[in-house]
Amino acid sequence: MNQPSGILIKQGRLIDPANQLDAVKDIYLENGRVIAIDDHIEQSKTAAAEEIDARGLIVMPGIIDLCARVREPGLEHKATIKTETIAASKAGITTLCCPPDTDPVIDEKAVVDLINHGVKNAAHSHIVCLGAMTSKLKGEHLSEMAALKAAGCVGISNASRPITNTLVLRRALEYASSHDLTVFIEPNDPYLSNHGCAHEGAVATRLGLPGIPDAAESTVIARDLELIAEIGARVHFGRISSARSIGLIEQAQKQGLKVTADVAIHQLFLTEMDLSTYNSHCHVLPPFRELRDRDALRYAVANGIVQAICSDHQPHEEDAKLHPFPATEPGISGLETLLPLTLKLVSENILSWQQAVTSLTIAPGKILGIDKGHLSIGAVADLAIINPDKDWTLEAETMKSQGKNTPFLGWHFQHQLAHTIINGQLIR
Amino acid sequence: MVNKNARATNPLLGQDHWNIQLDENGRLKHFLTIEGLGSEILTEILDTAENFTSVNKRTVKKVPLLRGKTITNLFFEASTRTRTTFELAAKRLSADVLNINISTSATSKGESLLDTLYNLQAMQTDMFVIRHQDSGAAHFAARHVAPYISVLNAGDGRHAHPTQAMLDMLTIRQNKGHDFSALRVAIVGDILHSRVARSQIHALNTLNIGDIRVVAPRTLLPADIEKLGVNVHYNLQQGIADADVVIMLRLQKERMQGAMLPSELEYYQQYGLTSETLKYAKPDAIVMHPGPINRGVEIESCVADGMQSVILDQVSNGIAVRMAVMSMTLGTSAQQTGDDK
Repeated sequence: MNQPSGILIKQGRLIDPANQLDAVKDIYLENGRVIAIDDHIEQSKTAAAEEIDARGLIVMPGIIDLCARVREPGLEHKATIKTETIAASKAGITTLCCPPDTDPVIDEKAVVDLINHGVKNAAHSHIVCLGAMTSKLKGEHLSEMAALKAAGCVGISNASRPITNTLVLRRALEYASSHDLTVFIEPNDPYLSNHGCAHEGAVATRLGLPGIPDAAESTVIARDLELIAEIGARVHFGRISSARSIGLIEQAQKQGLKVTADVAIHQLFLTEMDLSTYNSHCHVLPPFRELRDRDALRYAVANGIVQAICSDHQPHEEDAKLHPFPATEPGISGLETLLPLTLKLVSENILSWQQAVTSLTIAPGKILGIDKGHLSIGAVADLAIINPDKDWTLEAETMKSQGKNTPFLGWHFQHQLAHTIINGQLIR
Repeated sequence: MVNKNARATNPLLGQDHWNIQLDENGRLKHFLTIEGLGSEILTEILDTAENFTSVNKRTVKKVPLLRGKTITNLFFEASTRTRTTFELAAKRLSADVLNINISTSATSKGESLLDTLYNLQAMQTDMFVIRHQDSGAAHFAARHVAPYISVLNAGDGRHAHPTQAMLDMLTIRQNKGHDFSALRVAIVGDILHSRVARSQIHALNTLNIGDIRVVAPRTLLPADIEKLGVNVHYNLQQGIADADVVIMLRLQKERMQGAMLPSELEYYQQYGLTSETLKYAKPDAIVMHPGPINRGVEIESCVADGMQSVILDQVSNGIAVRMAVMSMTLGTSAQQTGDDK
């Protein structure tokens, strides 16, 4: 028996920056792959079991989220692979990249296998992992990077535990580049951050919150760029927050260094001013900085200095935010606002459609070195279909993530996800 | 300074953090910070406190204003002066007082601040007086307690200590008169960690002070402090030159360990208020200190005890100011009672 299994998507505006495509097309998917793209595809000529009328809708590659914590293993009271991949799949995100700061840390093959096992049983979207750069993320001994790569890790990182020993860092960069691994760095000098919880500036001074200076990020980037220039390693800076950092990265790119960067979507909207009411949902690391920083980050995305936008998804249980501001846990549950906030930048003429889609799909795909984020013939059939003209409001009750911790509750959005397709399967 | 987005769109947020202090009639409901309160309210606090100072001078130092009310002093940080003056203030208003200290409380067993508040609320408390190590703790409490409960901030992290600032204003007013516009005030010492300094700066600016100076090395100054409306000085002699009021802040010993200062000796030589350095201020300048003082660290004994020192007046005023704020927030007019001599 050969049951028809394909999906035919008719007359959507297909935006696929990797193939320089932005036009109204039909697209046919079968057996988990993109089979055909044409101006018109007759259903009778396909094995389509389903036809989606996409007139007036946007059809784009599925989103690849460079940094999302699913909290498993180790913090299942906050979230699990199952809950968060369901949330992702309902938000147009088809691939999640998890940093290695799970418990246990992803620093050996067995932990990668454990996660892959969980993914196989429960995941509703693709998950890829970064391996730990150092054993237990302690910044002392190199992890078995080759074994981690063989087990499936797409890069290595010390996540949000900075390596302060410059010699260890240098050797980690050298060793990673020997194995053709991209190093993912969240730049932060813990001495300068000094347990701060807000951007060091006028607002933190007024609120009496311990501050984190710009230099906590930019000094690390400056140091690392010097090492990269010497070693030639391939490095990605994640979750950039300040104008000074952007300046350094732009300069390095002009000099030909192989550095890329991403920004968390919330950094493109909120600033230190949003802390004024001690709103613990605005407790994030790195902290929200000044308006000029937010504008520099927007400029950097629009000009390709920062290639990717990610959710920096950090779901929490309600109690984690029910304390005085400094005692709350940092982070935002961001999966469900990644797409609508990014498209808000299109509405505000900060980004073009091409730029927005690029920063969510092909750019993060290239950074991770995975063959996803595009709709070439034969590509994995991961897609997001968006209604560009449907008002909706973010409410805790309708969020799918187990974490409802977001400062964007009550925000109005104009673009709503219509369908997600993963591996050629329509998510219901 | 209000973030319109956050306010308009986040239903979990509640009110802006300064408006949360006022009820729908614009009366003081909580006392969390000076910031955002108008000069009328600050002046009302000072006038009410002035009336209570006469109560405090009587043989029977008690008025029945808050009879039947329960006030809970919830102190997560050690304190002698502030807690005892809050306690005395409550008792002189005839309230019942419950004192809870962190070291003996359930929080050391892992109970959250919110659970502690809810448990005490279940015991029919009418007012919480809260001191906590985290900035924003008093706002957090005010946002979560039952609507009939008032919260007084007795110090939260580095953020605010509004009753201390008001007792300082009362002390300045008693010594320098009601018009602050020609006055020059210098605040000297660890501004970075000081909730007292932040509240004083807001209060002085609201009361139309002529000139506020903060004096400290840069390691003890928070970023962009000048945006609070102060002039910054790194040199003591220049900073207190022609000042009418010199406020010294306590220097905590821990500051030596964080590489903020080289030594107590060098700090004393550079920023200590001595009979010599005090000569740079006006001859009739008053010397203030929120206490507890470190003799020989930030202030010379003979200055602390000298003619220009009003440090002990500040302590007495503390009781009157706390009585004023308690009676105002619990909704009982105290103006008339104070006249009842």
